[in-house]
Amino acid sequence: MNRLLLNKVILVLSTLSALIGIGFLFWILATLSYKGVTSIHWSTFTKDLVEGGIRNLLVGQFTMALIATVIAVPLGMMAGIYLREYGHGSKLASIIRNLSDVMMSAPSIVIGVFVFALLVDPVGTYNGWAGAVALAIMMIPIIISTTDNMLALVPQELREAGIALGGSKHKIILQVVIKAAKVGITTGILLSFARIIGETAPLLFTSANNQFFTMDLSGQFPSLTVSIYNLATYPDEASRNLAWAASFILTMIVLLINLFGRFVIRNKK
Amino acid sequence: MGGKLFRNFSFLSATLSFFILVGIFAVLFTYAQDAMHTFGLDFLFNEQWEPGEDDEGGIFGGYIPIVGTLLSTVIAMVIAVPIAMGIAIFLTEIASVKVAKPVSISIELLAAIPSIIYGMWGLFYFAPIVQKTVGGNGVGLLTAGIVLAIMIIPFMAAITRDSMNTTPPVLKESAYAMGATKFDVIKDVVMPYSKGGIIGSVILALGRALGETMAVAFLIGSVMHLPKHITDPTTSIPVLLANNFAEAEDLELSSMYYLALILFVVSFVVISLAKFYFFGRKQR
Repeated sequence: MNRLLLNKVILVLSTLSALIGIGFLFWILATLSYKGVTSIHWSTFTKDLVEGGIRNLLVGQFTMALIATVIAVPLGMMAGIYLREYGHGSKLASIIRNLSDVMMSAPSIVIGVFVFALLVDPVGTYNGWAGAVALAIMMIPIIISTTDNMLALVPQELREAGIALGGSKHKIILQVVIKAAKVGITTGILLSFARIIGETAPLLFTSANNQFFTMDLSGQFPSLTVSIYNLATYPDEASRNLAWAASFILTMIVLLINLFGRFVIRNKK
Repeated sequence: MGGKLFRNFSFLSATLSFFILVGIFAVLFTYAQDAMHTFGLDFLFNEQWEPGEDDEGGIFGGYIPIVGTLLSTVIAMVIAVPIAMGIAIFLTEIASVKVAKPVSISIELLAAIPSIIYGMWGLFYFAPIVQKTVGGNGVGLLTAGIVLAIMIIPFMAAITRDSMNTTPPVLKESAYAMGATKFDVIKDVVMPYSKGGIIGSVILALGRALGETMAVAFLIGSVMHLPKHITDPTTSIPVLLANNFAEAEDLELSSMYYLALILFVVSFVVISLAKFYFFGRKQR
């Protein structure tokens, strides 16, 4: 084929691919918004699942995601600090870095099975703690990778200046290096929070679900995503509409956190 | 004193991901023992999934969910790879910065949408279209594969774009100076230069498709049938786990752990391949 013609064909096909991609985003967002907005009532936010609302589900999902964040952020950040500041260049650090990258893509349902065996099976009941731990396991590798990458961007001269002032290593890390990488790490935490708040598979048989409002993490715990999965497959219109409302709210939360994260990083740079 | 404590804590945190990984393998392996002893490797090729009469025994084989997982992934990859490449080429070589930026952000937002949303949207809006145009009853391999493709396209496109962007402009400019067309430059300069990253992104997306649960759970039909036709309903490993793990007991439960172990090992190998071989060990 004529190479100029071939060139045109490929360029048109590529542009078409991009249009398809954007087309799907708007198609999904449009149906979600339409079905979501028409299904949301004031009572959606004030009532619990048992009465046809999602108040307890929102609280439950956020509670588990926040506990996961509280577990994952310090552990992930400390691990990232080790990889970049202490173990950098060592064989061990490079192995751990690679394993953590692999963990980041591990199937989430398998993490659910793992936590079930560890924290549900021995106790004999689904519980909110197990759900939070499953989410934390998903979050840790993301935090490690973000911290590692962001610390790598901190200029070596800053560390050297700290040493020249007689600072000890951990003081330099805490007061100079982390401060310099603060924005990047915060953005990473926000994005990984957005990622885990929308997870379903790790919660199916860890927290399971609860129709009622509860803050007791030692029993079955309400989950927004697990409820969407259940509600969507019920035959009645009311359940389906509630599933759409919940999906719309969940997507808005996830996309807004993402956009906010982007905005923060852009304003700082 | 405080310094030592800080260092040790950071070291322990770092080793945690190693222990979690080994822990997952060990736990799945231990709980799968019953099924492994009873069925051995025949498990992989046995179509039966039949619980015993009084909850005792039974015969379990993983062939159907394994085939379902592989087929839905293959369908997804066949659709996703060309489109993702097209998007990446569009973003790096065709679009002006003004156009590329919003498109890039849209693609990344598409990647951030939770998979359960794709599943639900697919069930109510996409399955009927497949039913009308191709036949079948809407849910089945094809629908699951297509929606899975829609889900991994943005992910694949974003990584491919990043790899392509690493091509030094000087290389491209010298090719253009020789009279090369855009496609010549893409084919002979950008692609060879970013080959490793592109193949890596494809494999990483493959790993994601293999382990995807929620998008597929709504759409594959969740029945223990070997598909004869592309629109037939079937099941996959993650979907079987999602729907039946909680109710399973004894040998059936152990068989579920066996399947989870297979899925975990396969995705571990796939992801490691992408990381170590194609992306190379980037010393950052």
